[in-house]
Amino acid sequence: MAGLATVSASALLLTACGAAPEAGSTSSAGATDYTGCIVSDSGGFDDQSFNQSSYEGLKKAEADLGIKVNQVESKTNNDFEPNLRAMVTAGCNLTVTVGFLLGDATKAQATANPDSHFAIIDFGYETPISNVKPIIYDTAQAAFLAGYLAAGTTKTGTVATFGGIKIPTVTIFMDGYADGVKYYNEQKGKNVKLLGWNKDAQDGSFTGDFEKQDVGKQLTQNFLDQGADIVMPVAGPVGKGAGAALSEAKDAGKDVKLIWVDSDGYLTAPDYKDIMLSSVMKQMGDAVETVVKEDKEGKFSNTPYVGTLANEGVQLAPFHDLESQVPAELKTELEQIKKDIVDGKLKVESAASPKA
Amino acid sequence: MSDKHPPKHAAEEGSSKAHRAAPAAEETAAVVSVDTAGGAMEPSAVPATAQSGQLPGGPDTLLRKIFTGSGMVSVLAVLLALIIGGLLIASTDKQVATTSTYIFARPTDFLAAVWNAVTRSYIALFQGSVFNPRGNSVAAQFAPFMETLTIATPLITAGLGVALAFRAGLFNIGAQGQIIVAGILAAWVGFALHLPLGLHLLLVLVAGVIGGAFWGGLVGLLKARTGAHEVILTIMFNYIALYFLRYLLNTPAFQRPGETNPISPILDPTAVYPQIFGTQYRLHLGFLLAIAATVLVWWLLNRSTVGFEFRAVGANPKAAQTAGINVSRSTILVMAIAGGLAGMSGVAQVAGTEKVLTDGVAATYGFDAITVALLGRSTPWGTFAAGLLFGAFRAGAVQMQIQTGTPIDIVLVVQSLIVLFIAAPPLVRAVFGLNPRRKKPARAAKFRQAATTGGAA
Repeated sequence: MAGLATVSASALLLTACGAAPEAGSTSSAGATDYTGCIVSDSGGFDDQSFNQSSYEGLKKAEADLGIKVNQVESKTNNDFEPNLRAMVTAGCNLTVTVGFLLGDATKAQATANPDSHFAIIDFGYETPISNVKPIIYDTAQAAFLAGYLAAGTTKTGTVATFGGIKIPTVTIFMDGYADGVKYYNEQKGKNVKLLGWNKDAQDGSFTGDFEKQDVGKQLTQNFLDQGADIVMPVAGPVGKGAGAALSEAKDAGKDVKLIWVDSDGYLTAPDYKDIMLSSVMKQMGDAVETVVKEDKEGKFSNTPYVGTLANEGVQLAPFHDLESQVPAELKTELEQIKKDIVDGKLKVESAASPKA
Repeated sequence: MSDKHPPKHAAEEGSSKAHRAAPAAEETAAVVSVDTAGGAMEPSAVPATAQSGQLPGGPDTLLRKIFTGSGMVSVLAVLLALIIGGLLIASTDKQVATTSTYIFARPTDFLAAVWNAVTRSYIALFQGSVFNPRGNSVAAQFAPFMETLTIATPLITAGLGVALAFRAGLFNIGAQGQIIVAGILAAWVGFALHLPLGLHLLLVLVAGVIGGAFWGGLVGLLKARTGAHEVILTIMFNYIALYFLRYLLNTPAFQRPGETNPISPILDPTAVYPQIFGTQYRLHLGFLLAIAATVLVWWLLNRSTVGFEFRAVGANPKAAQTAGINVSRSTILVMAIAGGLAGMSGVAQVAGTEKVLTDGVAATYGFDAITVALLGRSTPWGTFAAGLLFGAFRAGAVQMQIQTGTPIDIVLVVQSLIVLFIAAPPLVRAVFGLNPRRKKPARAAKFRQAATTGGAA
């Protein structure tokens, strides 16, 4: 405590000698009364996953559009309804809620407050609600590319994936990845094995939560022992456990690679730059900003936003430092597959795909 | 553990540690003899003093403490918490950070920013938990208080369960698991069965209470029959309940038709608690039941034979056995009742506020309940008051976040500090130099206070 106080005190002293700004100067020219709000699920805004991406999208809207932003983190599932109520009371024009767990609470508040607008990430309603816009992703499309990439890059003929919790937004990655590997085998007559997910049985390896990195590390070590050399963890921060295990294997002389999810891991998990093959990205930040912008301009609609390869809502990230390890031929094939998926020639299906 | 319970420590390790207890020999001896019958037996996990909520010559309840002798200390406790919390809030405030860069050029800006950040946060806490003058109707102005009562409901009943077990000498960490099992059963009855109004809700309540009582009673049975320690049992039972719940939520029977998300169908309208003051507040019938439960536990402990037996077992199981009390029966019964009370929290969750079953059904109520029970000195009405205090903090946290942008983690740190200082008057006395100067009584006082607050730390 005393140490902390000393550090902060000296930090204060170091920075305390600046000049005072002109008194009475006000900033934020062009600010409007529009308020965009966001309620997280229990992961919080630092979950390195959908809460964080959505929050960053809203913060970007704050900077770009000059709107006001209110944010509330939910610590437990009990906080959803009070938090949402508070947002409506605070006069939010649009409230972004994150995740299927907030589905019921969002529906209840939207029905009770027909004049307020809502957007919900990663969840769609069977019967649309007039003032709720679902923001959902056909992640399987991008994960398909990742699966093909992994199958085409593996040296051992075995690749792996695992999830955090078995929920549709996680398994959709694994379905696409599995199909990508399968497609590669069909096209090339190869037999690349996939560990950690069986699409037909809809069952595989899960860490049980999005918190315990050591479990992710253990799982990854198991996969390595079974001969896998590329792993795609679909588990938010638990992915770092996989990264740690792979880094250790690399230090021990193995040629291993990591595929990140949600954001470009090269930028968001820079510790693992040297093994980061690519990432399956969901561009939630952009979607949130777009929805806010539309609502601010009075163009709100409850038509679901579905992120696809076509509208670049889901993408395969650049290869960055591992560019040289991906054969040019494989890159061309990936481009072609992407084109085929966009054109509808190649269908990527998952039980978890958005039905809209 | 041992440091928290000096009297137990001294008794356990006998003469080797006797010198530590020597300056307070009289005081300690009294406390120890209550706990161990003068060393004839092993001390219980919870010191007898914490079980009874009374110490020789010590103050008895939190409220009485505030309003009588040590009122000054309580005021100082809150003041200290507010100051330290305020510093934390200020340290996370953007305006404070900006003005600190030119603190020497114009210190007034910095001080104004600090004052502003701190007062705004505390006003938000009050407005979020008690009364919001900015509400546009009387109903809206009182909404925060209703929210406080709503959040307090599961805390009170689960806290009562923990407190009751304390009084019988059992350290019940298992409220979390008991809430979960109760939630599973109550929710299932709520969404799978379709029954007429009244009967349905009654059955939901009964299912939940029985579920909690079963889960708690099982711990009591294992302890009574095998002598396994209740702390280990309850902790492991929490895990079993949680992972069993996660398994269930992955089976179609507990999912919505056509969906694979781990979330149960919504409970039937006939299966949920009616809202006491209409739909604008979340406050539900469960709160009245929580008041009834508090009265019941008070009666049980202070007026009934069974309660007397619980307290006797808590004070000294050996002596109780000698006196003809069936200790095994009491252990099983008290854990079952404690589980049933925690079960009421589970029902309040699925039938009161959430109306669905998820793996977060127990939130952190089972663990908060331990703090609530200790803060309430394990007395029924003390627990009730402590539950309200916690409820107010939880409710106010939302407004603190929205109005001031204070990160939720800092909000919880500030609240934990307030609880810490309220629960540990000696700490406050030490900070303000109020501890008596004379050496011997000072040590004695230290012992007495340590025992009073031991479990809360």
